[in-house]
Amino acid sequence: MGLAQRMRSWVLTRGGVHPDPRKETATMMVFPGPSPEQVVIPLLQHVGAVCEPVVEVHDHVLVGQKIGDSEEYISAPVHSSVSGEVTGIVMYPHPGGRDVLSIQILSDGRNQLSPDVKPPGDPASMTPEEIRRVVREGGMVGLGGGGFPTHVKLSPSAGKPIETVIINGAECEPYITGDHRLMVERGAQIINGAQIIKRAVGAERIVVAVERNKPDAIQRMREAGTGEGVEVVVLPSRYPMGAEKLLIYNITGHEVPARGLPRDVGVEVNNVGTAYAIHDLFDRGMPLVERVLTVSGDGVAGHANLRVRIGTLARDVIDFCGGLVGERGKLIMGGPMMGLAQYTTNVPVVKGTSGIIVLRHETLFRQEPAQFTCIRCGRCVRDCPMNLMPYAMGAYSDAGLWDQLENLDVMDCIECGSCAYICPTKNPLVQLIKVGKEGVTRRKRKVETLERASSSKE
Amino acid sequence: MTMPDNADTPAEQEPRQLFHIGVSPHIRDADTTSSIMGWVIAALLPLTAYSIYICGLSAVTTIFYSIAGAVATEYIIQRIRKVHVTVGDLSAVLTGLLLALTLPPRLPFWMPLIGGAVAIAMGKQVFGGLGHNIFNPALVGRAVLFVSWSKYMTTSYLVDPRAAVVNTSTIKAIDAVTKATPLFAEGQVRKGLLVLDASRYYRPLLFGNPWGCVGEVSALLILLGLAILLYKRLVDWRIPVCYVGTVMVLSRIIGADPIFAALAGGLLLGACFMATDYVTNPMTAWGKVIFAVGCGIVTVVLRFYSSLPEGVMFAILLMNGVTPLIDRYVKPRPYGAIKATARVAEES
Repeated sequence: MGLAQRMRSWVLTRGGVHPDPRKETATMMVFPGPSPEQVVIPLLQHVGAVCEPVVEVHDHVLVGQKIGDSEEYISAPVHSSVSGEVTGIVMYPHPGGRDVLSIQILSDGRNQLSPDVKPPGDPASMTPEEIRRVVREGGMVGLGGGGFPTHVKLSPSAGKPIETVIINGAECEPYITGDHRLMVERGAQIINGAQIIKRAVGAERIVVAVERNKPDAIQRMREAGTGEGVEVVVLPSRYPMGAEKLLIYNITGHEVPARGLPRDVGVEVNNVGTAYAIHDLFDRGMPLVERVLTVSGDGVAGHANLRVRIGTLARDVIDFCGGLVGERGKLIMGGPMMGLAQYTTNVPVVKGTSGIIVLRHETLFRQEPAQFTCIRCGRCVRDCPMNLMPYAMGAYSDAGLWDQLENLDVMDCIECGSCAYICPTKNPLVQLIKVGKEGVTRRKRKVETLERASSSKE
Repeated sequence: MTMPDNADTPAEQEPRQLFHIGVSPHIRDADTTSSIMGWVIAALLPLTAYSIYICGLSAVTTIFYSIAGAVATEYIIQRIRKVHVTVGDLSAVLTGLLLALTLPPRLPFWMPLIGGAVAIAMGKQVFGGLGHNIFNPALVGRAVLFVSWSKYMTTSYLVDPRAAVVNTSTIKAIDAVTKATPLFAEGQVRKGLLVLDASRYYRPLLFGNPWGCVGEVSALLILLGLAILLYKRLVDWRIPVCYVGTVMVLSRIIGADPIFAALAGGLLLGACFMATDYVTNPMTAWGKVIFAVGCGIVTVVLRFYSSLPEGVMFAILLMNGVTPLIDRYVKPRPYGAIKATARVAEES
């Protein structure tokens, strides 16, 4: 990165907070995770339509065999991560909070590969359509947590050429180090996956974005990218640097238009984990049946970066790491800033699970009881990466003033949690904003229904 | 939020295996209301200590009664309102301390007591308590004392500044003017009533000023307090910088000494600790700039073109009143909200 761009990136950086990184697992090699006796594979692990099961109870399935698929475009198939017998197709707790139709598989412990798992051929000689088809069949979704089906992202829209593929290695969430380790241990494979993405979207360049606090990853990615036309951009360490819109702004200087997509500014962003999984898919033909995640937090005995089979229950992962310690606090799937708190360990790892963080009760609730009285300190406005006014959005949401709320561009909020994190009165701003978004959407729908009703009467 | 251990659980669920749930973020910054108030008080402590050293017991009693009045009033009103008593958040202590720092040291004890009570009762609780008041509570308390007992408020200084800067006959000639600080003398200079070299006051104003209020003993220690606030990222630099900057520039334009204008009177204390009060200044960066420049303009107007010798208090109170309006109209441009014209230009 040239000096001019480096300086611009400092100037352009805005908003964000500095939570304690707690990345104690950053130096730990990725280990294979537990071999579970049973996996529970939800048929919804992505943004889009729920898959239909394509196996039946008592079927014998193999590793990499497709077990659920959908006719819808915005969806991604799911595959078995073990070999064994399907014991049930049931509603089961899901990290997203609601129960989801899931396929329970009792492992036979042999992990036999499905005959479908074979290299699809050389991606360099494939057309973009062929690459997208392989990616779809492999069940690829964004592994950064968003879970958007990758084949959709790899399909450029007409009139919106994609110039730059950004490989997101920012990993700004505290505790989480899976992407960091992948970059250190599997740099060349990530670059290879990025080249396949670049080919699929017809881009001209690849940028790997890494936060300044991962010097070893920066060095390894630079080495891996040498001669491959890959540029490694070093970003300031600041949450939420890895949020797609912030990342694009800090790398290209362009803002993704409100309610627009990265391709509106000629960019496509993929996580380093996704790039690695795509490499694996083309190298071995292995669909997305496992992922790297970080187990950390003071509520779990051992900390590690593990390669875990999709569908492994959090309970098995935690037991593999020595079990729970201390008074129960929160079990978080993902990072502590945007992850989802689970009420039970009886919930499966899904494609978007970047970490299992267990925090003790005293760690979470050591502070004085919240007064929820805004003292107008202005920190939420100062630190909002989207330049919104969180304190006002929280107040309007609390009062049910949906019109005023919409005027504050509440729908542009990315729910990164910087405002609620920094708030000295511990106002639950993200919660209020989520409620507010619901309210705005509901009101819009109501207005539209009324308008339609009145126009049909005329 | 707490999930009891004996809650009904699914059959396969082991009891005592349940966790708390809640919306992200799951971790919070360590700063709380009381820790912030504590740091602002800490930033004022060097100044307070030095003031006690300079002014002696009179400063101690002024500070004590002012804080006592504020805290007692907060406690009593919250008990009457039957709301949670928040004396522990230290905001009433801070209000009392700030009020004391704006008072002359030799007031009778009941004045800071009343001032503290009025600051909390009329300046804060009447609006609904912390976070809801429009005007800076400490300055509300001071304004009430100023208009009710202006004789005490203008003569209770440690050293009569008139004696320090001019001879007695000149004083008699200009006795109509009440408040008496170096600013007073400076005003007389401007009006051609007396000859004065403002620069000879830089040193005492910075290091040891016996003519002013409790909190005006040393401009240097006020700046030290500001440095603490800025280092801890407790206040936005825009307010003190734009406020003092505006006063200096305007003073220079109308022919007064800009450095003297910055150091004398209550400007630094007001710009660093009063105008930066969270509750009563705008939330956005540009809102803060408008607020601070407005404070600066009103201060200079009041200082030089009104019968008042000092304008900081009323300037801040006036701009406090404008703050809701500023917050309504000055909003940051959200990310991605590209203006139609800008986009057309970009595409062509």
